[in-house]
Amino acid sequence: MPLLEVKDLSMHFDAIVAADNLNVTVDAGEVVGIIGPNGAGKTTFLNLVTGYLKPQKGRIMLMGKDIVGLRPHEITAMGVARSFQMPQLFLELTVLENILVALATGSSRSLHSWRPLKNKERINEAHEILDRLGLDEMHNRLAGEIPEGDRKLLDVAMAFALKPKLLFMDEPTSGVSTEDKFQVMDRLMNVLNQSEVTTVFIEHDMSVVRRYAKRVLVFNEGKVMADGHPEAILKKETQSIQGVEIKCCK
Amino acid sequence: MNRTSQQTTLIVLLGFMVVLGFILPDWMRYLFTVALCKAFVVLGIVILLRAGLVSFGHALFFAAAAYSVAFSANLWGIREALVLIILGVLASLALAAIIGLLVAGYREIFFAMLTLAFSMAFFGVLVKAYKFTGGTDGLHIPSPTILGLQFSPEISSIAKYFLTLFCLLIVVYLINRLVNSPFGYTLRAVKENEIRVSYMGCSVRKAVYLAFLISGGLAGLGGSLITFDVGHIDPYLSYWTTSGEFVFVALLSGTGNVFACLGGSVFVEFIKTYAFKYAPYTWQMVLGGIMLVVILFSPGGLWALYENLRRRMKMGGKKFDAIT
Amino acid sequence: MNNILVIMADGVLFASWLFLVAVGLTLIYGVMRILNIAHGSLYTIGAYTGAVFVIAYCQKSNWLPGSYLVLLGAAILAGLILGTIMERGVLRWFYGKEVVLQLLSTYAIFLILEDVYKLVFGVKPYYAYKPLLGAGNFIIGGVNYPRYYLILFFMAVLAGILLWLFINKTRFGKLVLAVIHDPEISLAMGIKIDRVYIVAFSLGAILAALGGAFTAPMIAVVPGLAVEVIVISFAVVIIGGLGSFVGAGLGALIVGLVRSFAVHYVPALELFTVYFVMAAVLLIRPQGLFPTKEVRKI
Repeated sequence: MPLLEVKDLSMHFDAIVAADNLNVTVDAGEVVGIIGPNGAGKTTFLNLVTGYLKPQKGRIMLMGKDIVGLRPHEITAMGVARSFQMPQLFLELTVLENILVALATGSSRSLHSWRPLKNKERINEAHEILDRLGLDEMHNRLAGEIPEGDRKLLDVAMAFALKPKLLFMDEPTSGVSTEDKFQVMDRLMNVLNQSEVTTVFIEHDMSVVRRYAKRVLVFNEGKVMADGHPEAILKKETQSIQGVEIKCCK
Repeated sequence: MNRTSQQTTLIVLLGFMVVLGFILPDWMRYLFTVALCKAFVVLGIVILLRAGLVSFGHALFFAAAAYSVAFSANLWGIREALVLIILGVLASLALAAIIGLLVAGYREIFFAMLTLAFSMAFFGVLVKAYKFTGGTDGLHIPSPTILGLQFSPEISSIAKYFLTLFCLLIVVYLINRLVNSPFGYTLRAVKENEIRVSYMGCSVRKAVYLAFLISGGLAGLGGSLITFDVGHIDPYLSYWTTSGEFVFVALLSGTGNVFACLGGSVFVEFIKTYAFKYAPYTWQMVLGGIMLVVILFSPGGLWALYENLRRRMKMGGKKFDAIT
Repeated sequence: MNNILVIMADGVLFASWLFLVAVGLTLIYGVMRILNIAHGSLYTIGAYTGAVFVIAYCQKSNWLPGSYLVLLGAAILAGLILGTIMERGVLRWFYGKEVVLQLLSTYAIFLILEDVYKLVFGVKPYYAYKPLLGAGNFIIGGVNYPRYYLILFFMAVLAGILLWLFINKTRFGKLVLAVIHDPEISLAMGIKIDRVYIVAFSLGAILAALGGAFTAPMIAVVPGLAVEVIVISFAVVIIGGLGSFVGAGLGALIVGLVRSFAVHYVPALELFTVYFVMAAVLLIRPQGLFPTKEVRKI
């Protein structure tokens, strides 16, 4: 059974087609890159699958269960986490506290737990996550005070702290300078590979996708234009998807 | 504040309050008890404030508890304070459970105005149902027994003070646990970024509902206790001016510290007593004026101002934003 | 049959009062995204100035239409002055701050004005019945109604039409619409948002004062009017959808009719009809009947 199976998913915003009979399957253990021009429906796809938007048509099966109509918190509780294009952090909590909150809510339904948020095990766990992502030295700073690139990383770290089965990342390196991009991605992918999380990430830069994803989905106008190994897709450059490629790789 | 210094503060404060209970003149002890009762409601409002929600109608739960204590005492002849307290809190919890269903989906202005609307409706009920509530005349409540003991009037006032203090101690402990628990942080998280909270697998609606219940229950505890002290209740317990005062004290004290709420409560109660005596028709004006100044210059309350100053001195004048 | 007619008439007349009182609140919210809790205070100043001016006028003159003009003038004067003071003196310091702080700032103004009115006007009631009694009665379905109610009805309709024309047909109205739609882009396009805010707030303030002034002849003007007015206005406005003019009209009509049914059949519930309707609407349509749509982009 595939981990995620999306069938005939459609979504229109007035005249704009954001998803047009999308069919996507993701198996456990895969690392999938999604690429495509602005407005291709990449983020909408994430929003649909995670329950932020409700599709007008189609089915979304997570581990064999139809999740259409479930709210984000319910889908997240089933083991799906995501990061955001614009980091969604708790800016007035410290970096460490951000992770701690994610750990606490992710590990159990600890909304009702009386144990303090800051217990030793949880703090150690949080430090470990931060350390592996290279954020630990700023653990005491407020999330609102750290640089943009680190905020992006922290955003991913919070999603990762939920220990998801399936992790979506929405342009994890968009705030990071070109020279640091690979370094950040290296660190990120290292952590994800070690914990064997199935990962789907949106990325504008084909060279990044090529390096980290074993499979790439090319989105355009709400459709999947191509699906396959990055090298294979690049070879087909001369064909129909070329226009898309050039737009998103400049 | 670190743990040990917090504990020391608590012990010193507690000792001080115990001594006060014996040495204060009657009228002052009375004011103190009333102020502490109101502090429960303020703490309830502060819990909601931490989640970024303002309730303009918390007097509703305050009054609901007071009236159910009065009914229990007058209609069923229940005299035991502890039983009455439980009944009062249950009544306000029940109301909060119903109203919470409707308001938990709303934030900001909607939340504030809906709570205000419900409290106004409740005020209307209390005034109109004069057969049961005595209308604007209110109801009289006989002095309760505490743990089965009936005290003489002089001792009774001391006993009530300690009963309130005892409840307060428990509540302060519980709130301290709450604030430091994952749920406490979740509330702060709700204030900052609901999207992320729901993407952590946590239902924002449920969290707000739970906070509303807790806060309604606290208001109910305050409302139950105050009936013993004042001995007479009227619908104005649920009026919007009462709610306004609670919000005022909560804002003035800020959400940063439990003890600030106690201090704020006592301070405001005393000022109010003098204001009513020497300058009628200026009380709301003073409240409003101070409120404007506080929210404009230190939205985290006076406590945040103090913390800021302390930090600024430590950091050698480096600028910090207020913690709200 | 007659009964239904009377209920409808009652409902529509009450609805016109509700609309007049509430429409300013929705206007200010629609443009500035601030819920003005001091709306009731603006209504109250309208009622007091209206009453004081009319009482003074009626001692000098018996010409009835003049008293309506006095009410109108008093309302515009009071709304304009107090509205400007509120907006320039307090609210503008809170633009761009947290919504909760904006809300609290108007709440603080409301608290302050409650006492200011007591100090300025005293606590004794003002009676300005002349414009009401002088106009005589008319009959619907065998029931006497003061002709004055027609003036109220006329005022509400006029306010609605003028507001609609102003927003949709004037150049400034187009600017207001742009600001309602997207303040940031409006700012980028060179619209002076501050000016739009001042005008919108003054207009909303005048409407509130107008509601108060024309209510004054029907009631005893006493301290404490404000809170009920803000709660009722808010209820009407959220039933229709906060920020929507059509919604305010429809909300007023629904509440008006439900109330008059209650008055005729279950009088004990009259006071609570507004809350019932509000709670019912919110349970079914949490954003009101004409919601202004907002989805946050992530």
